[in-house]
Amino acid sequence: MIPELGHFALILALSVALVQAIIPGMGLLRRRPDWMAVARPAALLQFVLVLAGYGILTYSFIVHDFSVLYVANTSNSELPLIYRISGVWGAHEGSLLLWVMILSTWTAIIAVYSKRYPADISAGVISVLGFISIGFLLFSLFTSNPFTRVFPAPFDGADLNPLLQDPVMAIHPPMLYMGYVGFAVPFAFAITALVQGRLDAAWARWVRPWALIAWVCLTAGIGLGSWWAYYELGWGGWWFWDPVENASFMPWLTGTALIHSLAVTEKRNALRNWTILLAIISFSLSLLGTFLVRSGVLTSVHAFASDPTRGVFILVFLGLVVGISFSLFAIRAWQLRTKTAFSLISREMALLTNSVFLLVTMLTVLLGTLYPLILEAMGGGKISVGPPYFSRVFIPLMIPVVILVGVGSFIKWREQKLSELVDNLRRPAIFALVFASALLIVLPGKASFTAWFGLLLAFWVINSAIAQLVHRLRNTQNTMRGLKRIPRGWYGMITAHIGLVFTVIGIALSSVYSQEQDLHMAPGDERTLGEYRFEFVGVERKDGPNYSADVGTIDIYKKDKRMLTLHPEKRIYNVRKNMMTEAAINSNLLRDLYVSLGEQRDPDTNAWSVRLYYKPFILWIWLGGLVMVLGGLIAVTDKRYRIEVKQEKLKLNSNHVPAN
Amino acid sequence: MSQPTEDPKEKPKRWIYIIPLVLFSVLMIVFFIGLGLNPRLLPSPLIDQPAPGFNLARLKAPDEMISQDVLKGEPSLLNIWATWCVSCRVEHPVLMKIAASKEVPIFGLFYKDERSKGLAWLKDYGDPYVASGMDLDGKIAIDWGLYGAPETFVIDKDGVIRYKHVGPITWDDWQNILLPKIKSLRAGSGV
Repeated sequence: MIPELGHFALILALSVALVQAIIPGMGLLRRRPDWMAVARPAALLQFVLVLAGYGILTYSFIVHDFSVLYVANTSNSELPLIYRISGVWGAHEGSLLLWVMILSTWTAIIAVYSKRYPADISAGVISVLGFISIGFLLFSLFTSNPFTRVFPAPFDGADLNPLLQDPVMAIHPPMLYMGYVGFAVPFAFAITALVQGRLDAAWARWVRPWALIAWVCLTAGIGLGSWWAYYELGWGGWWFWDPVENASFMPWLTGTALIHSLAVTEKRNALRNWTILLAIISFSLSLLGTFLVRSGVLTSVHAFASDPTRGVFILVFLGLVVGISFSLFAIRAWQLRTKTAFSLISREMALLTNSVFLLVTMLTVLLGTLYPLILEAMGGGKISVGPPYFSRVFIPLMIPVVILVGVGSFIKWREQKLSELVDNLRRPAIFALVFASALLIVLPGKASFTAWFGLLLAFWVINSAIAQLVHRLRNTQNTMRGLKRIPRGWYGMITAHIGLVFTVIGIALSSVYSQEQDLHMAPGDERTLGEYRFEFVGVERKDGPNYSADVGTIDIYKKDKRMLTLHPEKRIYNVRKNMMTEAAINSNLLRDLYVSLGEQRDPDTNAWSVRLYYKPFILWIWLGGLVMVLGGLIAVTDKRYRIEVKQEKLKLNSNHVPAN
Repeated sequence: MSQPTEDPKEKPKRWIYIIPLVLFSVLMIVFFIGLGLNPRLLPSPLIDQPAPGFNLARLKAPDEMISQDVLKGEPSLLNIWATWCVSCRVEHPVLMKIAASKEVPIFGLFYKDERSKGLAWLKDYGDPYVASGMDLDGKIAIDWGLYGAPETFVIDKDGVIRYKHVGPITWDDWQNILLPKIKSLRAGSGV
């Protein structure tokens, strides 16, 4: 009975979403404040109903209700409680519900704070979000109902995919989804502006915090995913240019372009249409990402074809969203343009150039991701273009982006003399050359151009940040007060840029100086990597709650002194009989020691195949992601997004009079 | 703050704003046509042409070279593979079975990869190849008109390309397509 209540709650949520989408939307077009007023209660009611549906599905997981097909397919009576809760989004049906859940949560937040925005804008935004919700609820109810019963109920469930039985993997999808769904809000604001054919001066300030939060969540989600791949897959790699990874990386690229373009729109009222276009593209890619990852299209086009209802729904929904948005853009965008002039050497231009680079990068990733799919759809078999393609196109496109990070945050708005800019940037550039070259000499291992260039880029951005800080404080007597006067937005930006630099350092140094060995080891065998000697002690059998494992023991010596012992595992999960590698890693800021266990090679001598890795500075890659997230969070707390509430009210009364 | 100003004399370039819609429509049309078409194989201009020349160091013995001449004498397969290619891992056991059947020699073109990884791969999973040439920068693959990896060419005893298979070979593909081709090539040449 209870699962049917959940199903019923979703049906009700769909009908409320229809009201939420249509009535305020019509109110916006017909300028009827009473219709627009429906937006708020409808959004809140939809939130409550979706929450109820989501809560009931979670409850079915917790109490092991295997009569629900989805629970039977993704859970098991041995599954620990935490993974039963995260198991709700462990497969397609539940993760769609999570998507709707996050969407309705954010719509509800907008509804609660709707007084921040003019009535017509908040009605438009809530209406657009309602339309998106309709699409997802229809998809969920008609093609992927999580509450479908199975009769007779199986005695036990098929268990959650062991890959997902991991704390990081438990929070990675919600993070990613919060990012994806987050871009729905800037999208809704963009569509509202296009429908109205005008853009409020405060528009960019309303959108910026939302775009930032979405970007922060997506950054965190991608970082967690990459870290997970590193320690869980046992290959020592952290990014595989896998289609699933690309699906989350593409909206990140355009989302990054969006938050920068929004800065220009807010500060200078320029690039409005570019910002709107980026908002549309970011959300469209988020939709593409959501669908691609969970629909099984990426594992094979044949999976897509085997369930044509889902496939056709996905294509039609995507086509509608993107098609309608771009059509609106074609009809209305020219009305929103401004003639804010800026010269070739200006911050506007630097940010525009950077966002163009990011967009082009996204397109190359899109091409590399879709090309094998299209080829397969045409009957060509499954091929990969693989990392050689991506690293060849990606790295050259990212180098100018990082160089421009150092320039863009330093250059003046509107116009700057080239000679002045060169003067300002000369010192950071020279110091970057000196530092990078000096550090390369200190670093162990042979000199390498890649390492040097990575360090050069890193110091370039850091030095430019320091130079800016000095520049900003040049007229203040009291340094502390001067530091306090700088807005949080600036600190957030600098922090995020430093985060990017950390990631660049991590990628450059770990790719150059890593060492790996792939070998068979019997107890007593040893191998030296870098300054570390790995000694294989042996493998023992151990049992976990829902798996049994072979646990290896490897002692690591540095200069003949035992430093630590690592225990890589090879697990077999009881229900699905999946083999899982649990690599053992010892991390610090300078290097990771990474050991993963392969198969047993020789039962007599207890020899195993073992992978040993020595990876300098690799932790910096994710540390950089963490710092970027921190930077985004600092920027979101900038006071101007809060003070604005009062100011907007005043402004509303004085000059913003909706025509009613 | 400068106010946005409108210049009434200048006509807005409205067509610019249609570009995203046009690009998207083209993409959708290509995609739908692509889904509608269903040719079993991609046309290759190389079919019935002599195999493009190459002279590459061998993966397992980099002092020795292999060239297109090794493909002559009897029908053979040339398989393009790499360790970064997930589909190649799927295909690999099938290649091992084909090699064990001794129906046809398989030559490898080791594509855009690192030698150490290739050696580890062959050690871990087995080596179905008579020899693999190292095309580490992918230049030879361009001459062969490669779409991606894996791809496999069927070559007759005169070193002429007779068939191209894109994507991993499944056991069914081998039984129903490749093996009959090779048998007819052998029969035709009287070997």
